[in-house]
Amino acid sequence: MKILVTGAGSLLMGAIASDLVRRGDDVVSLQRHTPTFDGSAHARHVLADIRDDEAVAQAARGCDAIIHGAARVGVLGNWSEFESVNVAGSKNVVDAAKMHNVSRLVYVSTPSVVHSGYSIVGDVARLAVTGRKHSFYAESKAIAERMVLMARNDYLAVVATRPHLVWGPGDKQLVGRVVERASRGRLTIAGTGDALVDSTYIDNAVSAHIGAIDALHVGAACDGQAYVIANGEPRTVNELMRSICGAAGVAFEPRYIALALAVRMGWVIERVWPKVRATEPPITQFVAQQLGTAHWFDPRPAREHLGWGPGVSLDEGFARLAQWYALQ
Amino acid sequence: MKKSSSRVADFATFGLDPVWSRNVDVPSHDGATHRWHLLDRPATRQDAPVVLCLHGNPTWSFVWSRLLQELSSDFRVIAPDHLSMGFSDRVSPRVYRERVGDVVDLLDALGVKTPVWIVAQDWGGAIAMGLAVQYPTRVAGMVLSNTGIAIPSGRRAPWLIRAASAVGVHAVVTRHTSLFVRGTTLLPGKGLSRLQKKALSLPYRSGNARRGVAEFVADVPLTDKHSSAGDIADVAQRLSALTLPVRLVWGLRDPVFNDDFADDLMHRFSDVALHCIKDAGHLAVLETSIASLVETAIHEISLPTQPTHMREADSTVNTLWSQIDSWENDGDIAICDAAAHESVTRPEFAQRVATFAEALHLRGVQRGDRVGVLVPPSIDLIAVVYACWRIGAVAVIADRGLGLRQLGRAMRSARVRHVIGPRRATYAARVLRWAPRALMIGLSELLGAPKVKCVAKVTAPQPDADDLAAVLFTSGATGPAKGVRYTHRQLYKQRDALQQAYNITTTDRFVAAFAPFALYGPALGITTGLADMDVTSPSTLTAVALDDVCRQVGATMVFASPAALANVVRTATSSLPHLANVRLMMSAGAPVPVNTLVNIAKLCPRAQIHTPYGMTEVLPATDISLQELIDVGVGRGVCVGRPVLGCRVVIADLDSTDAQTLVPVGVTGEVLVSAAWMSLGYDSLWHTQYLARPTVSVDGDTQIWHRTGDIGHCDSDGNVWIEGRVVHLIHTSQGVVTPVPLEIAAEALPMVLRAAAVSVGARGVQQVVIVAETNDRVDGPADVELTAGVRAAVWPQAVAAVWLTKELPVDIRHNSKIDRTALGAYMSGVLAGDKP
Repeated sequence: MKILVTGAGSLLMGAIASDLVRRGDDVVSLQRHTPTFDGSAHARHVLADIRDDEAVAQAARGCDAIIHGAARVGVLGNWSEFESVNVAGSKNVVDAAKMHNVSRLVYVSTPSVVHSGYSIVGDVARLAVTGRKHSFYAESKAIAERMVLMARNDYLAVVATRPHLVWGPGDKQLVGRVVERASRGRLTIAGTGDALVDSTYIDNAVSAHIGAIDALHVGAACDGQAYVIANGEPRTVNELMRSICGAAGVAFEPRYIALALAVRMGWVIERVWPKVRATEPPITQFVAQQLGTAHWFDPRPAREHLGWGPGVSLDEGFARLAQWYALQ
Repeated sequence: MKKSSSRVADFATFGLDPVWSRNVDVPSHDGATHRWHLLDRPATRQDAPVVLCLHGNPTWSFVWSRLLQELSSDFRVIAPDHLSMGFSDRVSPRVYRERVGDVVDLLDALGVKTPVWIVAQDWGGAIAMGLAVQYPTRVAGMVLSNTGIAIPSGRRAPWLIRAASAVGVHAVVTRHTSLFVRGTTLLPGKGLSRLQKKALSLPYRSGNARRGVAEFVADVPLTDKHSSAGDIADVAQRLSALTLPVRLVWGLRDPVFNDDFADDLMHRFSDVALHCIKDAGHLAVLETSIASLVETAIHEISLPTQPTHMREADSTVNTLWSQIDSWENDGDIAICDAAAHESVTRPEFAQRVATFAEALHLRGVQRGDRVGVLVPPSIDLIAVVYACWRIGAVAVIADRGLGLRQLGRAMRSARVRHVIGPRRATYAARVLRWAPRALMIGLSELLGAPKVKCVAKVTAPQPDADDLAAVLFTSGATGPAKGVRYTHRQLYKQRDALQQAYNITTTDRFVAAFAPFALYGPALGITTGLADMDVTSPSTLTAVALDDVCRQVGATMVFASPAALANVVRTATSSLPHLANVRLMMSAGAPVPVNTLVNIAKLCPRAQIHTPYGMTEVLPATDISLQELIDVGVGRGVCVGRPVLGCRVVIADLDSTDAQTLVPVGVTGEVLVSAAWMSLGYDSLWHTQYLARPTVSVDGDTQIWHRTGDIGHCDSDGNVWIEGRVVHLIHTSQGVVTPVPLEIAAEALPMVLRAAAVSVGARGVQQVVIVAETNDRVDGPADVELTAGVRAAVWPQAVAAVWLTKELPVDIRHNSKIDRTALGAYMSGVLAGDKP
């Protein structure tokens, strides 16, 4: 199968491209800089911006499937930047798929498209919510997800995946930040740390997308649907952080701040910080709410419709993470 | 009246499908044509049976919104607004007789020819009863809720209606202001939502719109001279001729139509049963879900009755007091109360029972009368109960562990006619309105009555074996206290079952450290000792106290609750010579830890240690000895042994809601039991009773079974293993998980004193959380080591979190039945990130 992977410069998308190459698929990867994933030598690279509609169309030519994971993340930047990459960029992908009769499109979305600041306890993947004023990332991803899912027709099957808190060796988003803060003794947890959150070991996130590509066809149960991807092993935030610290060999000695305070601080910081510094802020309203309230999901839809279940347990994942840190 | 377009919008807001709402022009018996508004919810089939819902005053068809939403689509539901009410035409004032005719007009106009089931509330009930009396062929049956047809004897009309009808007040309250309309929405017990309250007053916004409300109140006959009084009295008097099934659904928190009205109706119909809802009020039909009740009422062909056992010839029947009869010339001890330092000989006890029985009879206590027994555990309590049995009165006995509030509620729901107790208790019963109209009989009054020598000399006639003997309320450790009804036959079958299961002979002598069991002593014809302990707190029994009472009666058998035994073990420091003579030690009421039993065995080396399993409804069901318990080893759950002779146990499929499908050996399901001593059923809870007593065909033999609410399985040796309660099942995305096996695995860890497996999340995706008590006595997440230990112990079951608690929530009586539902709710909050 010939598959286009967009955004292969990121950890997850690179790992997906790598796995596809390993199993013998013909991979085309589209990203801005030369990718470094395992087996990238066996893939065709297109160095382009997702906003470049001609380049995207060109890359999609002759492909059977597309896994679209190129996105702008974080809180830095203004709405037009998020909109042009996440919404217009996704539109380019949909147009390219239709232009070149690609039959399957997997859109890599995010659980934050339904983020409300409240706990999610064993819920299914609800319809993406739009209309937020401030979280440009969540808003743009939500608009894009709805647009992509609406694009399905008699020739094109689409599915959206929402991998929840992906972590693993080499991850800078969750593991990297937690370990870096903990090693400086500055690990802060908003709320009690007792909220149950699910997470996804990187290899499971990868296999979920491969499973989605394989399960997807016009008229399949998953066609036009969104699925939360997670290990299905919720743990308290404390336990998750402690396990990460344990794997990295740093002490887990967090400070706790009240959730309401953290949310307010996040609100202020994410507005002020970008004007002062060019790095991601230490806390955002979104992160405070994500880790201060419960977030875990119903594993059955993904199991039944994608035929996918996690192959690596949390315990195994932390063992692999520890091994990786030991080698660093 | 509002324009219909905006009404449609309102209906949608209030959860009513606007499609249901329609207007029908009905030619009336008065010659005119009136426009009725009705909610008409179609069924899936064209010729489906019709359920007609009649609202009361001052409501409208909205009061049935919940039933319309929830009732099975096998039925067409028609809920009209009475004329001058709701959104129907405002017509000239109508009286009761016309209102009955109006409903017939409506049925004719709608072309409903087949008999209908009527569900009615408040004055809708009176109209329904009028319809059933005048047009019996048009009514298939009735479900009546918080209504009435006549003022029950001994009380006045509901004060609210009297107040609303009072001259000078009537118009102001009912018409000129919305006081009456709004007041009605305050009558419910748990209260309605704001939206529901708003919906109820929707058609009554103006004085003109409320004219019908005022007229309805005016049509309530408070005196015999009222124009409708004759018609209503006529209907009331003719109800007893009806043979159609009537089911009553009563919200007990109704100051208008309270339980006196339910009791009045219970005596007016031939096929009638009552279901009380303790937290609901006047608008019970809107506050609670009654759909399944209505469906049951319609589907149920006849009330499930006890399987008819071979009626034995009267000569072979040993009545509950037959042993006492033979005690006349036996100088041995009958009962020894170690707490009161009182002891009676057998002739003395026989005399006391006889004296009490005669005195009660002379006081007017009749066969079938319910007697609330508020006597504290003592020799007198036992004598009073036997006296009640002898004269055929129904002893209503509530476990004191229930607490005052539940005790009062139990007495009130049982509707006792007499209360016996010390003066303090009878005063309390009156002041706290447990039994407002009951006759109070002081214990001192009975003790001072002229002596009657023996039970045989009591002049009152004896009851039949199938007469009701007792209504028992036990501590609601596993739910709210329910009254369990027993007949004489069931009680003496129970006595015989105990006798047979434990080889009890008249040479045995018995110590009860579990108050209810003391009652069995005289029936078994054996000397009985009551241990010195606080009966409401079993863990107050000390080893010395137990040994002392064993000495006084020369005990061969001891019955104690697990908590009491645990304390005996704790306090056993000196030698206990009299415990050593015991041949049989029994403990039941809650699962007994094997450790406790092993330690007890050391204290009474000659005793066989047995733990029967059963419940207030069926006891004993199974039995296991300590030796057998050790032999079966560790398994999936707690082993409660094999069924006792005469009792059958089967396991029903968990997915089979009516318990009709059984599962094979080894498969987990709900435990069903059946025995000749199975109680008659629940009191004033016909729907609960219906659900709890399915008729199941087992091996070609069809009989009634009791659903225990316990989860378990049978092994290939016929042993029953209990794995938890149905309500405590954990429904994970991988399937159903039972809590007890996980708890046993966790408790195998040396650090864990006691553990509870609970769930967080919605059914189908629940996660398992283990909450443990340890020696550290702390609250909060378990440390890394214990978490890992518990996870390893319960593997392959996934555990989301391991928590510690100072004290697990347990029942008061046994201090061992864990309230996993409450604990699960608490953990759901904690694990959602709520502040503790």
